[in-house]
Amino acid sequence: MSINASGWRPEAPISVGKTSSTTTGNKALMLEEALIFEIGDTTTTGVDFDQAPPLQGRGWGGAVPQNATADSRRGPTPNPSPEGEGLKDSRLGTLARTAPIGLPGLSEPETVRHYTRLSRQNYGIDLGFFPLGSCTMKHNPRLNEKMARLPGFADIHPLQPVDTVQGALGVINELANWLITLTGMYGVAMTPKAGAHGELCGMLCIKAALEARGEGHRKVVLVPESAHGTNPATAAFAGYTVEDIPATAEGRVDTAALLARLGPDVAAVMITNPNTCGLFERDMKVISDAVHAAGGFVYCDGANFNAIVGRVRPGDLGIDAMHINLHKTFSTPHGGGGPGSGPVVLSEALAPFGPLPFTARMADGHLQLIEEETAGDEHPHSFGRMCAFHGQMGMFTRALTYILSHGADGLRQVAEDAVLNANYILRSLDTTLEAPFGTSGPCMHEALFSDNGLAEGFSTIDVAKGLIDEGFHPMTMYFPLVVHGAMLIEPTETESKAALDQFIVALRSVAERAKAGDVSLKSAPHFAPRSRLDETLAARKPVLVWKDPDLAQAAE
Amino acid sequence: MRYLPLTQPDRDAMLGVIGVATIDDLFVDVPEAARLDGPIHGLPMHASEMAVERHMSALARKNLTAGQGPFFLGCGAYKHHVPASVDHLIQRGEFLTAYTPYQPEIAQGTLQMLFEFQTQVARLLGTDVANASMYDGSTACWEAIGMARRITKRGKAILSSGLHPHYVSVAKTMAKFTGDALETSAPTLSADTDLDALIAAIDKDTSCVVVQYPDILGRIADLKPLADACHAQKALLIAVVTEPVALGAIKSPGEMDADIVVGEGQSLGVGLQFGGPYVGLFGCKEKYVRQMPGRLCGETLDADGRRGFVLTLSTREQHIRREKATSNICTNSGLCALAFSVHMTLLGEAGLRQLAAINHAGAVAAAERLAQVPGVELVTPTFFNEFTLKLSQEARPVVRTLADRGILAGVSLGRLYPGVGALANGLVVAVTETTSAEDVEALASALQEILA
Amino acid sequence: MSRYFTEDHEWVDVDGDIGTVGISEYAQEQLGDIVFVDVPDEGKELTKGDEAAVVESVKAASDVYSPVSGTVIEANASLGDTPGLVNEDPEGDGWFYKLTLADPDELSELMDEIAYQAFVAKL
Repeated sequence: MSINASGWRPEAPISVGKTSSTTTGNKALMLEEALIFEIGDTTTTGVDFDQAPPLQGRGWGGAVPQNATADSRRGPTPNPSPEGEGLKDSRLGTLARTAPIGLPGLSEPETVRHYTRLSRQNYGIDLGFFPLGSCTMKHNPRLNEKMARLPGFADIHPLQPVDTVQGALGVINELANWLITLTGMYGVAMTPKAGAHGELCGMLCIKAALEARGEGHRKVVLVPESAHGTNPATAAFAGYTVEDIPATAEGRVDTAALLARLGPDVAAVMITNPNTCGLFERDMKVISDAVHAAGGFVYCDGANFNAIVGRVRPGDLGIDAMHINLHKTFSTPHGGGGPGSGPVVLSEALAPFGPLPFTARMADGHLQLIEEETAGDEHPHSFGRMCAFHGQMGMFTRALTYILSHGADGLRQVAEDAVLNANYILRSLDTTLEAPFGTSGPCMHEALFSDNGLAEGFSTIDVAKGLIDEGFHPMTMYFPLVVHGAMLIEPTETESKAALDQFIVALRSVAERAKAGDVSLKSAPHFAPRSRLDETLAARKPVLVWKDPDLAQAAE
Repeated sequence: MRYLPLTQPDRDAMLGVIGVATIDDLFVDVPEAARLDGPIHGLPMHASEMAVERHMSALARKNLTAGQGPFFLGCGAYKHHVPASVDHLIQRGEFLTAYTPYQPEIAQGTLQMLFEFQTQVARLLGTDVANASMYDGSTACWEAIGMARRITKRGKAILSSGLHPHYVSVAKTMAKFTGDALETSAPTLSADTDLDALIAAIDKDTSCVVVQYPDILGRIADLKPLADACHAQKALLIAVVTEPVALGAIKSPGEMDADIVVGEGQSLGVGLQFGGPYVGLFGCKEKYVRQMPGRLCGETLDADGRRGFVLTLSTREQHIRREKATSNICTNSGLCALAFSVHMTLLGEAGLRQLAAINHAGAVAAAERLAQVPGVELVTPTFFNEFTLKLSQEARPVVRTLADRGILAGVSLGRLYPGVGALANGLVVAVTETTSAEDVEALASALQEILA
Repeated sequence: MSRYFTEDHEWVDVDGDIGTVGISEYAQEQLGDIVFVDVPDEGKELTKGDEAAVVESVKAASDVYSPVSGTVIEANASLGDTPGLVNEDPEGDGWFYKLTLADPDELSELMDEIAYQAFVAKL
């Protein structure tokens, strides 16, 4: 035989138990990544430019950063050449930058690797189940991304002559029609940039409408305790005094108490429906009618519209204004925390007060952009502009793509499957965890549990961190405030039964450990890129920007 | 229905576990009258990927894109070349499909990126600290005015006439509801900014002065005397930067002692996108950090002593402070901030400075060429990559005529300031690294024809 | 010197017409790690029940109500750099502010230490 010259002797792997730490701190596919300020420098660039025409004048000689290190490998810097042809004077006056900025650069391969490594320290919907209650973390179809990147949408300027952007205005109008029809409302304000911005839009419409009819003295807005924090924050911003609406034992608005509080000082009520306990507010129409009879308006927080899209139209419930989070119900990506988009559908009573700009289809089919210029004729009661330009166009193209994909029938199925999945979770876990409103009827899009029954010293956070080790993103914790140790689980319609079953097994296991007082849960997660982070330290001595360690030391 | 994984047997089995017969049983709490018995009438049914793509593409084709011909629009949104790797990286599913990093142990990617972003923004703006971004420049500008009110406990803000009119409109809208008094005015078609008038207007009731740099006409002015005048009356100076690339060539507002610097970050990484989503930049002096709106990411240690990052100082925000929050904002513009940060990392300081130099040189050459056209006068002697021309006739129809010829010539001041006759002949022209000498020549010769 | 408590878990020590205000051991325990304390400015006039200070953990911000009326004469400057004092010694070095009492009769509406402990035991 010929002997094994390479020396590679394949053998079955052996287990050695606990492994030692590595020299680099990396663990195979789990790679640590330093900050760009530690790995980059101010002379490196990952971009090549066409040569700049040389200029002369103050400052240009100082264009090379003062802290530059000599490195011939690095990219060129502007180098004024007095002999250059077409030499022109800089027109920066006395303001040419001379001081270094301190922005590190990386070559392109280093940049790609830096951000790819960072991305791998994140959990995302693409990776697994992300049941954050009230956040509607559903699958983000890539067709949406592809459509938003068509140059006809991505590469147009917001101030181009309107004749050159008829397709873009067409997208806005088509999406607006869908939103109005799906909600049974009268009009829609498209520009708000996120849900909270939409809430503000709705409340400003209400305030403008009240002032228009001489009832600016109405100063009270009623908000249930279970509401998102944005509701009271928004009402307060709009100049209103916020009063709590009590809840019933079954987790719904106390209708009797609310009706009793109505009066000539109440401007509006803000109600989330389905609510943050995951329940449909059965009395919504009754409440709306009573609020209207008392001269107020009804704002509905539409964060949870996913549960009822295609099955219930808020307009049929007497709603005057409701924001729609396109990043929730209509699948535009959450992007690690925005950008969102929060169009607001409006009743006939509020529509005249909606913000500028908006699109309108003229008799000849031409799409017109109604801005400050023409608002006087077309929209004299508008409360004004909420942002520059026309809102989150990039989100409109994505949401419209999603809506067209599903159609009226598919959207109805979305609501049904979302509600089915949530109830499946509720009923599969309500013997393991306390479901405080489990007897209040079916839940809608999300299932709510409390930390009641966990061992002494154990709380929702321990269950959440245990779920991380099991490979899941935790549920929403400690919200709504009306339930102690709340765990709010929203599966959405895009999870398969197999995914739900695996999650149920995992949550049962973690919950049982928490009930048994398994101390290893207190230090979970054990398998994530980081163990529990010290938020107290971060808040007591905030470090919000990176400082060069040498400089930081010298300063002390 | 390609986005729905449940099969009918799955649904039936799950209804069994729940203990109900039909899906309708799960909607019993909806009053009968409000229940829809089938798909909403008058709307299309579900469609294949191919069909949707066809529909959307047809809409997209009705637009004249910036890349199709000579393009000179700016005024708060700029066409810059975005390196291909930026879009690739922001489409990584772990960035694109993550949420706000509320569980920091499995969100270090987003958090570290935000920490880097905050540092990049603070250094670029010349401020001590910066937040994790706002919706856009216009909303960031308003938030800064509100912050100045909280800090100074005064309610009068003076807005420079050179501030983008949309930003002014946003502030006016918000001020109607908060009761802030705003002093505003329209710019004049001249080389001079209104800095002297601003300085004269500051008094002991002034919370802040808001000034754009470079301003809506492209002019740049030294902000230091204005900062000094503000501070003498214990008012704050808020500087607004709508073209961050400029700060690769000119002094940062922070260097000139602005207290709060906000900006529109769209120029880096984000693209035009018909106006949104964009990314608001927000920086300030360290002493004001607790009055800052928006999310903040901070450095800390994990239980094993390793460096990590978390969202911090959240008690300023609505989900904790509710009606006492510094702002009702509950999001940032995360993915756009990532795009900004990736692009900035690719550029680095050397690249940013070179990019700025190319922009400025191109703009200087274009301004000088266009000023040679009979009937065209250069209004702004100093500028970065955007300048204002005064045409011998009303600019808005000229822009429309040029658009018909495939040239997107710039932003007419008639569009931005309808009804202000003194500005009607003004045309704001932006030139970036994407503008070629041929583009400038095409504009110059077309203008010559039209103005003749 | 006597110490009085409110049902909102503030305490006030009274020495002549000077009161020193803080939050109770029970309160700091409930709040978790304190990361920031916003104390009133010297000279501020407070009416009993006014929001006088804010105490923050990383997850909550709580208002501290003045247990008595009066004029603030001093705030605890150490809390700026070391808010953790409120956790370590809430009823001592972690005091919030001192004020001159406007109406000593208000003290009669407050609990003494024994009554407060009994109150807390029932929570």
